[in-house]
Amino acid sequence: MDSKQAAVSEPRWLQWVLIAAAVGFLFLLLFVPLITVFAGALDQGIKAYLHSFADPDTLFAIRLTLLIAVIAVPLNLTFGVAASWAIAKFDFPGKQLLTTLIDLPFAVSPVVSGLIFVLLFGKNGWFGPWLQAHDIKIIFAVPGIVLATIFITFPMVARELIPLMEEQGKEEEEAARTLGANGWRIFWHVTLPNIKWGVLYGVILTNARAMGEFGAVSVVSGHIRGLTTTLPLQVEILYNDYSYVQAFAAASLLCFLALITLAAKAIVQKRVDRARKNAGGPVSGT
Amino acid sequence: MARKRAASVIPGFGLTLGYTLLYLGLVVLIPLSATFVKAAHITWPQLHDILLDPQVLAAFRLSFTASAGAALVNGVFGLLVAWVLVRYQFPGRGFLDSMVDLPFALPTAVAGIALCTVYAETGWIGGPLSKLGIKVAYTQFGVIVALIFIGLPFVVRTVQPVLEDLDKEVEEAATSLGANRWQIFRRLIFPAVLPSLFTGLSLAFARALGEYGSVIFISGNMPMKTEIVPLIIVSKLEQYDYVGATAVACIMLVLSFALLLIINMMQRWAGARTRGGH
Repeated sequence: MDSKQAAVSEPRWLQWVLIAAAVGFLFLLLFVPLITVFAGALDQGIKAYLHSFADPDTLFAIRLTLLIAVIAVPLNLTFGVAASWAIAKFDFPGKQLLTTLIDLPFAVSPVVSGLIFVLLFGKNGWFGPWLQAHDIKIIFAVPGIVLATIFITFPMVARELIPLMEEQGKEEEEAARTLGANGWRIFWHVTLPNIKWGVLYGVILTNARAMGEFGAVSVVSGHIRGLTTTLPLQVEILYNDYSYVQAFAAASLLCFLALITLAAKAIVQKRVDRARKNAGGPVSGT
Repeated sequence: MARKRAASVIPGFGLTLGYTLLYLGLVVLIPLSATFVKAAHITWPQLHDILLDPQVLAAFRLSFTASAGAALVNGVFGLLVAWVLVRYQFPGRGFLDSMVDLPFALPTAVAGIALCTVYAETGWIGGPLSKLGIKVAYTQFGVIVALIFIGLPFVVRTVQPVLEDLDKEVEEAATSLGANRWQIFRRLIFPAVLPSLFTGLSLAFARALGEYGSVIFISGNMPMKTEIVPLIIVSKLEQYDYVGATAVACIMLVLSFALLLIINMMQRWAGARTRGGH
């Protein structure tokens, strides 16, 4: 980590060649596309950029995207905390299997994640006839988008919290218990202060993915303008309509979201690492 | 169940585990198994026809080769980026480090239209390349570019912590014994990093196989040429061919679960290697 010991490092010129190669690669792969979005959005001036947000469909897409995140994030947060409490604080048979099952949605292609809900709730799906008889729409409607989003972001909070809580052990909770605190008190006053940065980190990641999911949502949404288009779907529609300025303007909002996420991640990551160091565990990059 | 669970004085086991299992069942397990139950209705001849359709076969071929190609490129450049970030000090290092996660944070549809614009013949990189006679957008090469973008953080983030944990004293000892930097890299560093590099590559490969949003814009979606497997599923759905979509999706699911298993095994191997090294 420290290149002062020249004897065990590469010659200076080679270091700079490698740095230049890495920076060049990241510039071409990451930065040029990012700049293109903003350049495309401002192609016809700032007025046209701002004007593209006056489009009612885009406004609706922004509102729907926020709504989806407001529903999906708290649900998965509650699950993530409950799952990591059960897995980190207790020993039981099948724990390893449970951890693997929680990770499953990450292994599934976004398109397939959408498809499984179509097979359940679509017209020809398991519950299709029943839903139709009761006039409930899930597929090609907002509930389907919410479900697909919950599925896609399902493991994220649990994944952050399980290792963190395992490293912190259970001595503090046990001590609180012997002093007579009940479960809720232990959670709010002992556990939560220890894991709060991990919780925040998980929420940031879940939120970014919930707002940006495209493949799964695209399969269940049916692309009905002004009814089932989230912001990423609106970007696709505008782009395919050749409305490039509007498409990139909508995309620029999602870029801001991504950049804010990265900044928040960098800040929170430091806190998580510090909490881990205090707990004596390893400091990880992911 | 008759283990020594009584030893734990912490409350809430029943509640949290029960809730976890219920939510997991409702959101993940029941929907996933519904797909396999649906697929069980497909007969062998039907499955045979669906999967051996030349268009589907071509899509599988492209998805596999492009994902593997992208993983290889990321193997080289991901290792380079991780190395530079861990070993060297230079201005902007912290900024670059956090930007590596951009493909995780950027919605795939945005990545898709951005990459397509950059690598089109009128684009900032596609323009100069097309003068050299290299076309990227709307070719299989474009698919690989999108998959490189998506896979990069997986490789960097699995290799980085291993590089950070490497014991510098071993390198110092090797240097004092007369080994040069290249020998140290080849004999000491590379073997130590290799398990995590493989894990990162397979994570990137698994993600690439299922990727949709960032690919469909730059690929142009020409049947037999630039159509990826997830797109086959979408277009079958759009034609209300639920049987076909389910069959292809099941193959994808089985593939992803197999990859998940392999990756888990590799992670254990990588963990054993790093622990053994200390």
